[in-house]
Amino acid sequence: MAEPVVPVIQPLGRAFLAFLAVTGRLVMFASQALSHCFRPPFFGRLIVRQMIEIGYYSLPVVGLTAIFTGMVLALQSYTGFARFSAESAIPNVVVVSITRELGPVLASLMVAGRIGAAMAAEIGTMRVTEQIDALVTLATNPFKYLVAPRLIAGVVTLPMLVLVADIIGIFGGYLVSIYKLGFNPDTYIKNTLDFLIFQDVFSGLVKAAVFGFIITLMGCYHGYNSKGGAQGVGQATTNAVVSASILILSFNYIITELFFAR
Amino acid sequence: MSPDPRAPAPRAPGGTTPKIRIRGLKKAFGSNVVLDGVDLEIAPGESLVVIGGSGTGKSVLLKCILGLLTPEAGSIQVDGEETVGLSEREMDRVRRKFGMLFQSAALFDSLPVWENVAFGLIQAKEMKRAEARKLADRRLADVGLEPRVGELYPAELSGGMRKRVGLARAIATSPEIIFFDEPTTGLDPIMGHIIDKLIVKLTSKLGATGLSITHDMASARRISTRMAMLYKGRIVWNGPTAEIDRSGNPYVEQFIHGTDEGPIDIPLQDHFA
Ligand SMILES: Nc1ncnc2c1ncn2[C@@H]1O[C@H](COP(=O)(O)OP(=O)(O)OP(=O)(O)O)[C@@H](O)[C@H]1O
Ligand SMILES: [Mg+2]
Repeated sequence: MAEPVVPVIQPLGRAFLAFLAVTGRLVMFASQALSHCFRPPFFGRLIVRQMIEIGYYSLPVVGLTAIFTGMVLALQSYTGFARFSAESAIPNVVVVSITRELGPVLASLMVAGRIGAAMAAEIGTMRVTEQIDALVTLATNPFKYLVAPRLIAGVVTLPMLVLVADIIGIFGGYLVSIYKLGFNPDTYIKNTLDFLIFQDVFSGLVKAAVFGFIITLMGCYHGYNSKGGAQGVGQATTNAVVSASILILSFNYIITELFFAR
Repeated sequence: MSPDPRAPAPRAPGGTTPKIRIRGLKKAFGSNVVLDGVDLEIAPGESLVVIGGSGTGKSVLLKCILGLLTPEAGSIQVDGEETVGLSEREMDRVRRKFGMLFQSAALFDSLPVWENVAFGLIQAKEMKRAEARKLADRRLADVGLEPRVGELYPAELSGGMRKRVGLARAIATSPEIIFFDEPTTGLDPIMGHIIDKLIVKLTSKLGATGLSITHDMASARRISTRMAMLYKGRIVWNGPTAEIDRSGNPYVEQFIHGTDEGPIDIPLQDHFA
């Protein structure tokens, strides 16, 4: 009896086909954009403008996220570790979790909300108000002029931003440990430096570069393909943030697996 | 009358290659067939106005010629070169011949007015910014705007000013062919008149070929040397502007008189009867 299976299989198959179609479009968009990242002319002025937008203007948000994360990390691990008299492991916990996971992931999620949305809205508005058509008419490739500078800026800037987040996050842990939990500053700093491993920081920065690519790609892709006026632009903005966030979390797992799974 | 039955267009003077030659152009969006075999020729130096009701596909026609939309079938030749099916890179080369004033002006709102005008010069012609700035100011003066306006952003302009900036941008690179998509719609009659005069003056100054779209008949008469009427995806009439009033074509007559009685049917349901 094959009949009862059909109602289940059909929607599943349809969803799977739709997924394949979206993935295909995305891959084509990404490869076209990437090919323009490596071919002159390069728009230095636009890249710098995007870097300032992504990096400099995200500093307050990312800094606040990082410092509170570091602080709460120290506090929580203290309540746990104190039961086993293992308080001395706190600098280790803070350093490893911030550099490996929380720095890159939380900073990128914040940037996804800020930058991914802004890019989708800006490019989406350009699409529905025919500005992208105007760009093409003026013999300027929109991938080259709009997408490539944003991708380059995202990949270059996010690691810098995450490095700052790492430092601020570790400093947040330090603040709570010293002023609230009564650690000795010199020992804490020494322990922190002992546990600071190049590979941890490096893996975090690699993640940041990948996430920077994901955020800007999603912002550009959804903006570029938006249609239907203000509502379409709003939809594109939401899609950019949601898809970037989900991709960040799943790629975080994949990269962690590549770096640390033996 | 042309011997080609599908193209009642009078041949270009002297039988030279037409600037633009369109044959059997078809474009549909899903089941909505917009262009259904358009045949049109535009001779060098002439100014053709395409008239037609709202939603008949006039803007779509321009976008097909510019390669912004890909037609399903048909041929478009620019200076005798087939452009349907060209690669993006080759198409960019052809696009340098064109200037376009968009229906909504489509100014880049992240750039100040002068950079909008200078955009094609800086990007496509790789001109130095300072030099492009000077030329942009001159173009702004051409359309009756002070250099001060160059510092403003598009959001700070009125509708009429936007149209004029769009016009300045369309002519900045001294293109051979200029498209005007409803240059006077949404403007007061005086501003409409001024824009019309600018279009005539600037295209003749550049020696450019013009293709305009409008449903404003007064404006169409002022800027055109020839008119063509688009209806149901085809060119139903095509002739010199001077002959528009004795076209003998029922579609054209209904359109220029703006009556609701004639062969053009606009499906409306009357719920107040
Ligand atoms: N990108 C698009 N996707 C789907 N349909 C479209 C698109 N662009 C235009 N159309 C459809 O094509 C038809 C013609 O549109 P077009 O904009 O060319 O009209 P128009 O003749 O310029 O009208 P108007 O004088 O009001 O500007 C309309 O039915 C429109 O719905
Ligand atoms: Mg139109």
